[in-house]
Formats: sequence, C-alpha cells, structure tokens
Amino acid sequence: MEHYNMNLTLKVWRQEDSQKKGNFETYKVENISSEMSFLEMFDVLNERLIQENKEPIAFDHDCREGICGACSMYIDGKPHGPWEQNTTCQLHMRAFKDGDTVVVEPWRAKAFPVIKDLVVDRTAFDRIIQAGGYISVNTGNAVDANALPVEKAKADESFASAACIGCGACVAACKNSSAMLFVSAKVTHLALLPQGGPERKTRVVDMIAQMDKEGFGACTSTGACEATCPKGISISNIARLNKEFTLASLLSEK
Amino acid sequence: MLDAKIPAGPLDQKWTEYKGHCKLVNPANKRKLEVIVIGTGLAGASAAAALGELGYKVKAFCFQDSPRRAHSIAAQGGINAAKNYQNDGDSVFRLFYDTIKGGDYRARESNVHRLAEVSANIIDQCVAQGVPFAREYGGLLSNRSFGGTQVQRTFYAAGQTGQQLLIGAYQALERQIALGNVTMYSRHEMLEVVVIDGKTRGIIARDLVTGELERHFGHAVLLCSGGYGNVFYLSTNAMGSNVTAAWKAHKKGAYFGNPCYTQIHPTCIPVSGDHQSKLTLMSESLRNDGRIWVPKKKDDNRKAADIPEEERDYYLERRYPAFGNLVPRDVASRAAKERCDAGYGVGTSKQAVYLDFAEAVIRYGKIECGKQGIDNPSAAVIRQHGLDVVKEKYGNLFDMYDKITGENPYEMPMRIYPAVHYTMGGLWVDYELQTTVPGLYCLGEANFSDHGANRLGASALMQGLADGYFVIPYTIGNFLADEIYNKPVSTDHEAFVQAEKEVSDRINHLMNIKGKQTVESLHKRLGKIMWEKCGMERTAEGLTEAIEEIRQLKKEFWSDVKIPGSISEFNPELDKAGRVADFIELGELMCIDALNRNESCGGHFRGEYQTPDGEAQRDDANYMYVAAWQYKAEHEWELHKEVLNYEVIKPTQRNYK
Repeated sequence: MEHYNMNLTLKVWRQEDSQKKGNFETYKVENISSEMSFLEMFDVLNERLIQENKEPIAFDHDCREGICGACSMYIDGKPHGPWEQNTTCQLHMRAFKDGDTVVVEPWRAKAFPVIKDLVVDRTAFDRIIQAGGYISVNTGNAVDANALPVEKAKADESFASAACIGCGACVAACKNSSAMLFVSAKVTHLALLPQGGPERKTRVVDMIAQMDKEGFGACTSTGACEATCPKGISISNIARLNKEFTLASLLSEK
Repeated sequence: MLDAKIPAGPLDQKWTEYKGHCKLVNPANKRKLEVIVIGTGLAGASAAAALGELGYKVKAFCFQDSPRRAHSIAAQGGINAAKNYQNDGDSVFRLFYDTIKGGDYRARESNVHRLAEVSANIIDQCVAQGVPFAREYGGLLSNRSFGGTQVQRTFYAAGQTGQQLLIGAYQALERQIALGNVTMYSRHEMLEVVVIDGKTRGIIARDLVTGELERHFGHAVLLCSGGYGNVFYLSTNAMGSNVTAAWKAHKKGAYFGNPCYTQIHPTCIPVSGDHQSKLTLMSESLRNDGRIWVPKKKDDNRKAADIPEEERDYYLERRYPAFGNLVPRDVASRAAKERCDAGYGVGTSKQAVYLDFAEAVIRYGKIECGKQGIDNPSAAVIRQHGLDVVKEKYGNLFDMYDKITGENPYEMPMRIYPAVHYTMGGLWVDYELQTTVPGLYCLGEANFSDHGANRLGASALMQGLADGYFVIPYTIGNFLADEIYNKPVSTDHEAFVQAEKEVSDRINHLMNIKGKQTVESLHKRLGKIMWEKCGMERTAEGLTEAIEEIRQLKKEFWSDVKIPGSISEFNPELDKAGRVADFIELGELMCIDALNRNESCGGHFRGEYQTPDGEAQRDDANYMYVAAWQYKAEHEWELHKEVLNYEVIKPTQRNYK
C-alpha cells in the first residue's frame, strides 16, 4: 500500500449547545498521512485549535475499533463517510486525496438533539430497549445452556441482527429519521430465538410505541438505512418487524 | 497483615460453605438499601442488573452516552467455561488449574476456584438472555481453544463475543431501569468517594454535559470501572478507559494490588506513525489457525510470499512444541519482541511478525471439499472453499485489519506486534470483593483478584460476569445485612460538602493553570516513559529513571497544562485532563511496584531475572505475595503483603514446551 500526505479543507458544523444556533466553520489541515484514521485527523486539528486558543471540536468516540457505536459523524452527506459497512473511527484517510473538501455534520434527527458540535443525544435508543428489548429472565433462573438447542441457521441470523452497534447511522441516513432498522434488528434478534418466544407479541408492540413516542419518523422503504449501516444489518429485518407487528396486533388479546 | 477473609474448609467447598452461611437481607429491607455502581461494562451492568432484580435501589453511572458502549463490548474471542461439552477432559479443577498456572502462581486459589465453579452458570444465564453464541448443526453450542489450555472450553459469537455478552447484560440492566429498580446516569463521571465514620456512604459525580457536580448517597459503592492500560497512552483500550474512579478510591484508603502486572497482548496491529491514537487487537482466537513466523534471515526485505517455507522460522512452534502458537500471551509477546530485537522483524518498521493463514486455508479447503464430495479438487477450488471457512470464522477481524492497514489478509499474512491490552493489577479486594474501605467493592478488571501475573485469553469476560451475576449478589448481602439499621445519610452532611469542595477545587486548579502544553501531549510523554521502562521488559535501572521522569512530568503537568473551554459546559479536554493527572500518579506507583518485585512472573518481566533460555524466573521464597499499596502522601506508599498460600496446587516453573 502506497502511503501519501495530503492537504484538506474541512467544513465542520459548530454548535455551542442544544439551544444555540449552529453554523459551518472552515478549517485547513495540512500534511495529513493517508495512514491516519479520520478521527486521528480530527485529533491533529483539535491539538492545533487548542494551541491557537480556539475551542476544539467536540465529537463522540470511544473504542476506535468500530464496535462501541459512539462515533457519529455525517461525512460528505453520508453517515460514517464514504466506505461501505464502516464506522467513522475505522475510516482511514486513504479514502481522500490531496485538495479534497470534506463536509462534516452531526447526526440530524428530531429524536437526536445536538449536545455540542458533532455530539448528539441518542438516549432515545436506550428508552426503546427499556420498552421491551430484552428477555425477562432474572439471574439464576437459567437451565443448562445445551438443554435448549437452537437451529444453527436461526442462531446465525439472530446473531447477524444482534450485531447492531446502536450508533444511529440508520436514523441519520433516513429522510424520515426513522428508527425502524434499529428496532427491527432487536426484534429479529430476540424473535428468532426460542428464549424470546414468551414475550414476542408484547415486545414488538411496546418497542414500536416507544419509537413513535420518541419522535422518530415512519419507514417508507427507501433502503438508505441498510446502505449506510456499518454492520450490514439487512432491511429484511424491517420486513420481519412488520410481520411480527401485524401478527401481534391481530392476535392481541388485550 | 491483610485479611482476605477466605472461608475455612477444603478449596472446593469454600464457596458452598460461604453461601450457606453468609448473612441475608429480607426483601422488605432490600428496598431500603441503596447501592451505587460505577461503570456499566460486563461487571457493572451485570451487577447493577442482578442487584436490581434482588430489589436493592441501584444507581448506575457511566461516562459514555449509553451503558451499552462500555469497553467490554470490544472483547473479541470468547468466554471460558468449564462445561466439558466437548468431552475432552475439561472440569472445574482444570479451568482452575490452568488459570492459576497461566497467572504464574500469583493469584489467590480460593477466588480462582470460585471463578471456575460459577463459569458454567454464566453460559447458562447468557443463553437464557438470548446471547446468540455460535452453534453446531445439531443446535448445540460450539467451542474453540484459547492460549494456555489444551481443551476446547471457549464459547464465542464470531469475533464479537464481548459485544454479545455486554448487550445481554445491558438489556438486563435496561429492563431493571424500566422496572424502576435501577436509575441510570450516563455521561457522568465519578470523581470522589464519600467516606463517613470509616464506611463508604456515597460519591461525588460530575455531569459531563453540564459540568455540574452531584452528590449521591449509597449504603455501598461498587467500582466496576475497568482497567488502566491507557496509562501507556497507546493500548487496545477505548479512548475513554481510565483509572480515575479506582484512583480516587485508592487515595481514600483502598489499597492498590499488584499495579505493575500488565498484559501485553501478542497479536495487535503494529503502530503506523506518531499520529496513532490507539492500537487494535487481532483476537487471540486467530492463533487457533494462524501460524506465527519471521524470516530465518536477518533484515530480510522480501515479500512474505517470496520467502520459501524452509526459510521461515515458526519460532513459537520451534520453542514450545507442546503448545505451539497457543502459548499464553506473556510468553508469545516476549518471543515476538525477542525476534524483532534480534533483527528478524518484518514490515517497514521491523517491529512486527507475521500471522499467516495460508496453511489453514488449504487445510479447511480440503476438509470442505471432502464434505461436499468434490473429487480431486484443483488448488484453486480448495483455496476458495478454505477461504470461505476462514471468512465465516474470522471475517470481521480480517475486515478490520484490511480497513486499518489497507492490506488484504486473505492474500498476504497479517503483520502483528504486542500491545498493552489488560491490567491484572487493580484495587485489592478480599474474598467478598470488598476493598480495604468498608462498603466499597471492586469488580471485574478494576480489581486485582483472579488472574495473578498474567490473564489467560477468554477469562476477562468470565471474571466480569462471575463477579457481577454470581458473586456480588451474595457477598454484598453480608455487609448490607447490618446496614438495615442505618438510614440514608443526607447529602447535606459535612462529608459530602467537603468531598464536593475538594473535587471543585481540583477542577478549578486545573482550569487556572493556563499553561502551554496540551493534555494529549503530556499523556503521550507519560505513555512513552511507561512503554520503554515499565513495558514488556523492565530493569531496576530503567524503573528508577522512570520514577524520576514521572515525578518531573507531574510537576510539568500541574504547572503547564493547557485546557480550553470552561468548567460548566461539555468539555472533553477537561475530563481528559483529570484522567491523565491520575494516570501520572498511577504510573509512578506501577514503577515502584515493578521495582519492588525482584523477580519475573507472568507479564512482569524483569531483565535481571530470567532462566538461561529466557523464560520468566520467579522467586517464590521472597515474592509469593500480593503487593497491596496504601497511599500515604504524595510520592509515598506503604507496602502491605498478602501472602499466597497454595494448598492444592504446587507451584512449579511454568512449562509450555
């Protein structure tokens, strides 16, 4: 792999807090190595801003290995930037070339208010999980793990849905700010396992109700969520969610 | 003399005996007792959920925006359990024995045995929660092997086991939040422990969004705040991982156990330049199938593919025929360093070795072709089938390597090098996981307890969940049973006021330094000192220098650090400054501990103490103890020893040959 250095122009959204109005600021960064990660490029810029007595840019990040789901930049019109199935922290600068202009915004959705600059509040996702995204089993109640065999294909499919990192890129990508991919991944993860059976009907209804309450939009099946999901969560999860929801509504005894 | 409160009786009966006789709290009283949990990784989330289920009033805190983001989520390979589903000779005793031996005979027998005992319950609990572990076609759970063992006892979910286990614990926690048993405080950082009349009675926390300080009462406080690998600046830890909660507790009287025991993981992606902010692990599970090698010739600049088989040195297989590529982490890391230092390293930096899957691809390809009845398959067909198998097993890891390095690991061997990964040291705790401050407990990586001087792969997840789900729910009752007579203390109490003032003064002090050096640059300098002088190989000379350099760095930090912004706003630089200030103090203690321990054991390798063939040379006569350090004053600690008594296992020179 050939390495190279580049100069870039960054247009970054700056916003003091959730109440104030924000705006784009332009920054030039020089001698950026193609081996750096996108966030390391921001580290370099922030170090410079601090030295210049300016406010560094606030952004969420933690594991920097694509699994915690904290990082959340909207880069050149796409959540997590140009690479397929990738998070911002794993985006590396070889995705850009010398002279490029890069626009960086926070996730934009009514349910994800901006806290500062590129940092948003995603606790709505936690509240959706609280509404039913679990199996009600207290510690100590479990039978032997192999007492309940699970068909391998179902276990694999369940795992693929459970791989969601809760970053919110699906919401940010969607023109309606819908959280359907997130909700459907959790519903699918648990619906495919026998352990999830007893709460299957209430779970889907309650999670959808909470989703609506949080102010997420409706799904119009554009598929933008699947196209941006860093973990490749399939839109077929939404089909399953719809099926689960319809069945639960029809069969409801309440 | 430290009392670990180990129950009497034979080793395999201790935990049963303890559970049979510890005090209980009746359900009506549990509702009146408040417990604070700091950190929501595997240990914290499982503890908060389990205690909420029992009916205690729980408050949980994490610095991330959601409890689901704690760094347990990044654990890749798996979780050990003595299930013996493979019928390959595993048992509670074997898991116990492997863990003690892997820890180079520096762990407490009673704790490790309990860990092995509850390991099987963890798998049952996680499956019941809906954790989608890997399964065989018959629908039963699949296992793989990890370093330092000769059985297959590791349960996994592709290369994302930590993620799946944490989401299981997170969901259990969210359920308790929904039920009103747990109150969650995300984007909060604990900055002080409040102690009244010798007992822990609460904390001071800072809301990281508004910058406001808050007082919280608790009859007990559980620190589940993870490890301190970021003292090295570069590590596989998350950027936010820190020692602050544990360090505040240490300065309030909790002893720090074995601070120098650091795990350097052998298979990480090498450093690419000065801009590097963190290092990424390539799971140990890769050593199941990958072979590690360097060229036999020094300074060999040929591409890996151009180096013929007979000119490759599979040094782990050569040095350790019995365990081969699956020797424990400390052994594998030192062996890689030895080869690179001797001039056999690969890549541009020459600080890397190869991890090669070519042979595994062919082996799996042949098996697959056999399964599918393909007669006389061509090399290309075999390779294709083999690649498919490798992809299913390790796909996400290979993708991650590709993204970071820009190299395709299916086509060429990965380059790897050791990196700081885990800290076996931590707050000293007794059998009940209580620190030396009554009412203050420590769970998971934050405590020192179960891994001795080196942790075996897939044991961190096991310990975190064991502590949270199956140990603390029993042991905390033994303390809280006597607390039912004590009403919650008002947070207007003098001790709360005083603690908040101390925190506030310190933050003001930091902000008013207005110096020239950024927090990040000072942290990098600390990391460099630690890595060079308290890293994979330590010497008395280097450590003595390091202590002096760190003291100097501390002076610089407190006179010249530059923090932008203000106190009462979202200010990550200020959060980081507080954490780095604590890392600097911890770094000094780590060097003091490493200097005190005149032997090599596990991850602590002192250059002066090695066998003729370069293995760690223990000194059981003089150092078979846990070093528990009590904070006295700046630069001053007092050493307390917990002597380790091996009643069942006879310590020997570790041998993986």
